[in-house]
Amino acid sequence: MSTPSSNTAENLDSGQIIAESPSYWSSVRSNLRNDPVTVTFALILLMLLLSAIFADFIAPLDPYKTSMIKRLKPVGTEGFLLGTDELGRDMLTRLIYGGRLSLLMGITPVVAALFFGGLLGLTAGFIGGKVNMSIMRVMDVFYAFPSVLLAIAISGALGAGIFNAIISLTIVFIPPIARVTESVTTQIRALDYVEAARASGANSLTIIRVHIISNVAGPVFVYSTSLISVSIILSSGLSFLGLGTEPPQPEWGLMLNTLRQSIYVNPYVAALPGVMIFLTSLSFNMMSDGLRSAMDIKL
Amino acid sequence: MIAYIVRRVLYVIPIALGVSVIIFGLVHIAPGDPLNAVVPPDAPKETVELLIKAYGFDKPLPVQYLIWLGKALEGDFGISYATGRTVSDAIAGGVVNTLILAVGGILIGTIMGCSIGALAGYFQGSWIDKLATGFAIAGVSVPHYWLGLVLVIIFSVELSVLPAMGMGPGGSTSWVWDVEHFKHLILPVITLSVIPIGIITRSVRATIAEILTMEFIQTLEAKGLKKGRVFIHVAMNAAPTVLAVSGLQIGYLLGGSILVETVFSWPGTGFLLNDAIFRRDIPLLQGVILVLAMFFVVLNLLVDIAQSLIDPRMNRS
Amino acid sequence: MSNTIIKVQKLKKYFPIKGGILNQTTAEVQAVDAINFAVSRGETLGIVGESGCGKSTTARLLMQLIEQDDGEIIFDGYAVGKRNGIATREMRKRMQMVFQDSYSSLNPRLPVESSIAFGPIVHGLKKRVAQKKARDLLIKVGLNPDLFSRRYPHELSGGQRQRVNIARALALDPEVLILDEAVSALDKSVEAQVLNLLMDLKEEFKLTFIFISHDLNVVHYISDRVLVMYLGQVVEIGDVNAVYSNPKHPYTRALISAMPSMNPEKRTEAVPLSGDPPNPISPPSGCRFRTRCPFSEDICALKEPALIQNDIEKRQSSACHMGDPKSGHSKNNLKGLPQ
Repeated sequence: MSTPSSNTAENLDSGQIIAESPSYWSSVRSNLRNDPVTVTFALILLMLLLSAIFADFIAPLDPYKTSMIKRLKPVGTEGFLLGTDELGRDMLTRLIYGGRLSLLMGITPVVAALFFGGLLGLTAGFIGGKVNMSIMRVMDVFYAFPSVLLAIAISGALGAGIFNAIISLTIVFIPPIARVTESVTTQIRALDYVEAARASGANSLTIIRVHIISNVAGPVFVYSTSLISVSIILSSGLSFLGLGTEPPQPEWGLMLNTLRQSIYVNPYVAALPGVMIFLTSLSFNMMSDGLRSAMDIKL
Repeated sequence: MIAYIVRRVLYVIPIALGVSVIIFGLVHIAPGDPLNAVVPPDAPKETVELLIKAYGFDKPLPVQYLIWLGKALEGDFGISYATGRTVSDAIAGGVVNTLILAVGGILIGTIMGCSIGALAGYFQGSWIDKLATGFAIAGVSVPHYWLGLVLVIIFSVELSVLPAMGMGPGGSTSWVWDVEHFKHLILPVITLSVIPIGIITRSVRATIAEILTMEFIQTLEAKGLKKGRVFIHVAMNAAPTVLAVSGLQIGYLLGGSILVETVFSWPGTGFLLNDAIFRRDIPLLQGVILVLAMFFVVLNLLVDIAQSLIDPRMNRS
Repeated sequence: MSNTIIKVQKLKKYFPIKGGILNQTTAEVQAVDAINFAVSRGETLGIVGESGCGKSTTARLLMQLIEQDDGEIIFDGYAVGKRNGIATREMRKRMQMVFQDSYSSLNPRLPVESSIAFGPIVHGLKKRVAQKKARDLLIKVGLNPDLFSRRYPHELSGGQRQRVNIARALALDPEVLILDEAVSALDKSVEAQVLNLLMDLKEEFKLTFIFISHDLNVVHYISDRVLVMYLGQVVEIGDVNAVYSNPKHPYTRALISAMPSMNPEKRTEAVPLSGDPPNPISPPSGCRFRTRCPFSEDICALKEPALIQNDIEKRQSSACHMGDPKSGHSKNNLKGLPQ
């Protein structure tokens, strides 16, 4: 065997070296910048979010002001750009305000489920064995319900209300998030760098904090953004069934429900709240897809 | 293989028990005295006491559960005071009507999803692929209750070619093989098929694209096999995935149909659930959910077994 | 200070195999079956054997990444993880490991400097001091810290990554380094560089090496002594030159005769090894090698051969009935064997 010197020139200076190399996240950012579709939908989401937050400043009229003579005006009526609803309230105003509750009810359950489900999945995946078995078998039981059914069952038993709808959707989303977190954690726990970290004497909490979470967070986050899309549809669906918000609050699902009676009078106005739900849900899905390919995640 | 199937069948027992615990628990998460959930507030005192005895509310919780489970196993879910009938009677008709929608939806969903997905997978990167992928992502993002409304606006309100409500003429609540019933079926089934089309398209596209990159396909092509014959190999390798995805979609349709049934006033389980929710008829709610969830559990089981039978890689014994 | 730094006694690890209707344990893989050996301070012990013979399991047991079913590891005179012994955490500080897969053994989200500094920080070093140490170690393993310290694993070549892994293992100032197929995945030229680096580092830091590899040439090059494993057992151990030039166990003979040689004069006529190793779930009775051994006799199926010393001076021992004058094997005392 030949014995070349161990400190070779190859390693000490190499032509292709960049002194300050890009981190994983900066390469994700540059991937995203080169993806106009994702950027477009992210901007749409940002606009939806901002218009909901600053509804007081943007909305042209009062969302609760009813008018018996101006009921169900068609789209394009003077002073009512998107027409009026069955009680003569301005549709544009109510759609803008509606984003507040619809987004709140769509996003909150996923964020809450991300916390609880993530914790359960991390625990199950990291500890493994019997702990994993018992946590994941309980999750399996919840998996035995189609998600819409579980949401309606819990909401139906708890009764109508924003808070109850959020609770039931949180319960719906904990199992899928726990499952994804568990499977990613289990994969990562088996990698040599986790073994190496254990071999260097680190305790479990340190290993989870430094080595596991940084690698689990990406895939779980991307998965969660796609769940927000489902959550928006489901939460508005609960309101549509009368299980979420209550009149006269502006919320897209509830608006769709009350306007349903008016499809023979003014069909296009009646369909408008659904367009908002669709747009929001689509944007979250597109963003999730874009993030997934930018972050090179295979789930 | 047999050990796997037996193990899988046995696994249904703890899952089914878990499901029943959750459904039993629904009464107890309902606000107020659970008794209020099963007894109408204006019931006479003797009836109330009779019901307390019948439901075992005077006994500890685990005993109550066992009593309830025992009755549920016999098909006795209590009496729905919303309809005055026994819950099982009310459910029986509804389940069949819901299944009609779900089966119709999955048929369209699978046929369309496989065709679009296969095209997209074969012509990966082309405009067909982009169109199909866009269509699929729109399909999974669309609130289907809204889509139903839009279809009603187009075909019932504007064009007046299809009925908007119900299952058949004169408030029919059971299926008859005639043109009228068929016309009533079209809009709800199309509405319901959109999500499975989206999901099946995406998974078929991904599966086909992955199979096409495998070396055995190149070997087949290099051997000079005709395109049609190569396709048979691709299709056979994609079959287990397609089966699993569309099989599970039936279950999701059972859940999803609740909202669609509300839009079209279709007399199925969704309609019953709606009723149960508004009259706070918890026994009816429990009964419907239990039946649908058990259906889903069994469906999952069948899909797993079928998959293990047709996919040689799943031989896990 | 005793000369023996690690002593392994009757170390055993079986892995359960789940199956059947209730997913119960249906069988066990006898990965490591009651092995004994010792490592002297400052030496390099090579461990060789076919894949699946228990080499890596032995390494993980030594690091206590998995727990043994039976037996004990004595580190510098103290039993590891035992009462009155040495704590696992303390032992791990003094013994470190380099894994085969250079990529999966580095956290892809951390710059290499942070990966190297992680261990010292865990053991209480200030972050700034640990980072300084990481940069110094990068120099020691031949990587310019100005260019490499902020890089991520995917931006390095396999050889560079393995250098980082070595630096990471050295960061806790260990006395013993376990190298589990540490150079096996590298290109031949890079492998030679890393091997030479390891020898330099060994000198500089006064290290003891346990060098695990399936490559007999590499083991010959780097080791002082060599241990041959077969199906979870030690079949031969001794000074590397003695074992390579005069193997006592027929398995070792077969392995060495199968070694590619650069010298066309140096041809061996010994029988090459045929077939696959038997299933470690149900190893053959008696001597585990007998199913592939050309000299197998009745005694081999009846009695398990013990590891006995054949040559005291060369510290050479083997576990074969042919090396035991009292065994009853017709070729005992290695008579009539082709040399």
